[in-house]
Amino acid sequence: MSVVPISYYLVLSAVLFGLGAVAVVFKRNIITIFMAIELMLNAVNLAFVAFARAHGQLDGLVYVFFVIVVAAAEATVGLAIVITIMHNRQTLNVERVNLLKF
Amino acid sequence: MSIPFLLFFACAFISVLGAVLLIFAREPIHSALSLVLVMMSLAVLYLLLGAEFIAAVQIIVYAGAIMVLFVFVIMLLNAGFEERTDWSKIAKVVGLPFSFFLLLAIAHMLSRSDIGTVVANGAGAPSNDAVSTRALSAALFQQYLFPFEATSILILIAILGAWILGRKE
Amino acid sequence: MPLLNHIWIILALPLAGAAINGLLGKTWPKSIVNTVAVGSVSLAFLSVAELVREFFTLTPDQIPFVGNYFTWMTAGPFTIDFALQVDQLTVVMLLVVSFVGMLIHIYSTGYMAYEDGYYRFFSYLNLFMFFMLTLVLGANLIVMFVGWEGVGLCSYLLIGFYFLKKSAADAGKKAFIVTRLGDLGFTVGILLAFWTFSSLNFHDMFAKVSAMPSETMQHSGVLTAICVLLFIGAIGKSAQLPLYVWLPDAMEGPTPVSALIHAATMVTAGVYMVARMNPLFSRSPLAMLIVAIVGAVTAFYSATIGLVQTDIKKVLAYSTVSQLGYMFLGCGVGVYAAGIFHLMTHAFFKGLLFLAAGSVIHAVGGEQDMRKMGGLRKQIPVTYWTMLIGTLAIAGVPGFSGFFSKDEILDAAGSGPHANLTLWILGLAGAGLTSFYMFRLFFLTFFGESRYDHHKVHPHESPKNMTVPLMILALLSLGGGWVAAPHLVGGTDHFEAFLHPVFAAYAPQTAGIEQGVSLAGSAGESGGIAPSPALELFHAITGPPVIVALAGFLMAWWFYIRKSEVPEKLATSLHGPYELLLNKYWVDELYAAVFVRPLLWISTNVLWHVVDEGIIDGIVNGVARVARESGGQVRELQSGNTRSYATWVVVGAVGFTVLLLALLGMAVH
Repeated sequence: MSVVPISYYLVLSAVLFGLGAVAVVFKRNIITIFMAIELMLNAVNLAFVAFARAHGQLDGLVYVFFVIVVAAAEATVGLAIVITIMHNRQTLNVERVNLLKF
Repeated sequence: MSIPFLLFFACAFISVLGAVLLIFAREPIHSALSLVLVMMSLAVLYLLLGAEFIAAVQIIVYAGAIMVLFVFVIMLLNAGFEERTDWSKIAKVVGLPFSFFLLLAIAHMLSRSDIGTVVANGAGAPSNDAVSTRALSAALFQQYLFPFEATSILILIAILGAWILGRKE
Repeated sequence: MPLLNHIWIILALPLAGAAINGLLGKTWPKSIVNTVAVGSVSLAFLSVAELVREFFTLTPDQIPFVGNYFTWMTAGPFTIDFALQVDQLTVVMLLVVSFVGMLIHIYSTGYMAYEDGYYRFFSYLNLFMFFMLTLVLGANLIVMFVGWEGVGLCSYLLIGFYFLKKSAADAGKKAFIVTRLGDLGFTVGILLAFWTFSSLNFHDMFAKVSAMPSETMQHSGVLTAICVLLFIGAIGKSAQLPLYVWLPDAMEGPTPVSALIHAATMVTAGVYMVARMNPLFSRSPLAMLIVAIVGAVTAFYSATIGLVQTDIKKVLAYSTVSQLGYMFLGCGVGVYAAGIFHLMTHAFFKGLLFLAAGSVIHAVGGEQDMRKMGGLRKQIPVTYWTMLIGTLAIAGVPGFSGFFSKDEILDAAGSGPHANLTLWILGLAGAGLTSFYMFRLFFLTFFGESRYDHHKVHPHESPKNMTVPLMILALLSLGGGWVAAPHLVGGTDHFEAFLHPVFAAYAPQTAGIEQGVSLAGSAGESGGIAPSPALELFHAITGPPVIVALAGFLMAWWFYIRKSEVPEKLATSLHGPYELLLNKYWVDELYAAVFVRPLLWISTNVLWHVVDEGIIDGIVNGVARVARESGGQVRELQSGNTRSYATWVVVGAVGFTVLLLALLGMAVH
């Protein structure tokens, strides 16, 4: 039994998700955008854990486990790409990496 | 006001604060550190929800390894000043309202779901670490064995990929 | 009766000649082209002769003899068969067309000997024969119309034979377009005829119409409408007022073409059509009156223009228009047989006159202006004598063919059942003018001092293949009228008697007066006493037509032989009327201003610029432009800017969320 109603956690999750979306749209540094994505993933983890607690099952926790693992792998590869971009274009401004256009 | 409530609101406030700081930080290193702050508070919230293992994994893996990796890369690339370019017209016009609308919409949807009104606990009962972690690992190695092994291969691939990308040509 | 069962052979022969010469003749020497062309037409004439012989073995109830070859088209109740029919009228037309056609083909081998496109000329000429014979042999209006249009096509091709010369090409176009106007009326007439009779076969139509009452002047109905519409087609094809303007221009074509098509055969198609449809015309007094008026007015009007023209072929062209008017006058006053008789004699003497003119032109090296001729009498004697015979015939001198036919027409106009005093006066005046201008032409060409350049021009007689047809036609112009001669002295007009069944079979019964038949001489018959033959003859020879013809001859003699300065003095003193006639009443200029220029303006400014360039091109180009520009707009989405992409993702996520909310909301309630 959680004293705090589960819906509070869910609202917090939504808020964090939205803030992460704002950051993805508005920030220009690639690494910052990445970190915002991680923030969104964390928000989703929170929602999973809250639901796991609500239904009394540990499947949600398993999913969170996997999310964290995959986030780790993704961060690894993504940052390697960021380094490559820095090598080739000498900039971390995402708006300068715009060659894939019409 | 009981302690869980106070603790919840404190951690919630800190996490939102961290997220806002992430948005408004001028240097990426400040964004990284505020993200660490968010993760710490989330770990406390996990504890409040009775997921001790997950809380521990959050601290060790997420805050301890992934964020450290971010900080390393920031330092490596000397990602300092962020130049102010503003070439995306649609982000300027549409981005902010829509993002907040997204936030509100999800919040609204979640709050109105049945979860909110039902203080669910079901069969899971309160936190009991020994049982919880053991049950979790049992589930991992029995029901979720295939995904578990697959993710280990995924990590291997990620390592290989990062290595290849980072090689000097 | 073998040939009667295969009437189509008569059509196939010239068609084969046209095809062979047209497709293969380009590289052949002239002798082979000649053989094919003249041979096919001669065989056609022989077939016609054989057909006529067989025709005379038929019994009256087998006439008209119809050969139905195949069903051409059916659409519900509308059925058209390719059917050919032979009756007395057909026989007359067939003989005229094929014989005169054959003579002119022979003449052309001499006249066109040094022209380019020799094979093409004969191919077209043979094709013309095919279409003309189809027109004459047709057993229903549609087969006739096929021939009608086909001769128009051949006329266009032949008028514009020298297509590199702009005036010739324009003349061909003018002929085709002006006759097309008439054909519009013809087509609507055919439609109306089908609507009224449910069939376009002459046999069926005439059977139905004989059951219908005659219409009256006050009460004109659908028969009048059909007749008038069909007559409009005849106005175009036979060059009557107001659609005659193409015929003078058609003189741009080679002279044999002018002789065959624009004198002897094609332009007479309108007269043939009116004669063929006589059951309908006889029941519509208004239509007959219109035909007679148009004919008489055209006869007079065109004769006035011919008075002052200087080109020898143009004079003959206006003369043709005028004589066609007489034929229509004849049909309009009810003497269809006389109209056809004049058609036949006109084919002889006008064909002769044109061919002789061609011989003259050939002799003076291509000159067509009569003011540059003169004194050719001794140098081209055959042409001189034959042309004299032709001129005497057209002037209506007693004894020659033209006298008999013209006399009958004017007689009926003056005192027949449909007589009309005004028309008679017009016809008479026209006859006088005809005599005058024809003798004027004759004197200017053959008499007086020679006005051509003696160094450049050496007049010589034409070769045999040109002079022999001239002589044959001269014989016919002389003697072709004698079939009707007994009528003058109170006997039977054999020609009229021969054609009588055609015009009496479906004639309306009107108070005992039968049209077209005068078993007793009508001239002078007034009471119970039968006059003596000698008196009849005297009356005929001294009748008004002869008097005006004599007057015309004397005036021409006075003007051009005795006192040749008189014409110029008259021209200057009567300057206004002279200019009016010389410029053909400025009709061509009038038409150009009223019809041609506005149409051209509309075509250029409205149809071309507005409709074609603006609307149609605009739509087509507009579609392409819309596609290109919308594509251009859409591709701007691919901006390469990651932030934009991220924003779109968020927008999509919002949309999806709202959708889910809505669905959930609906599911809950």
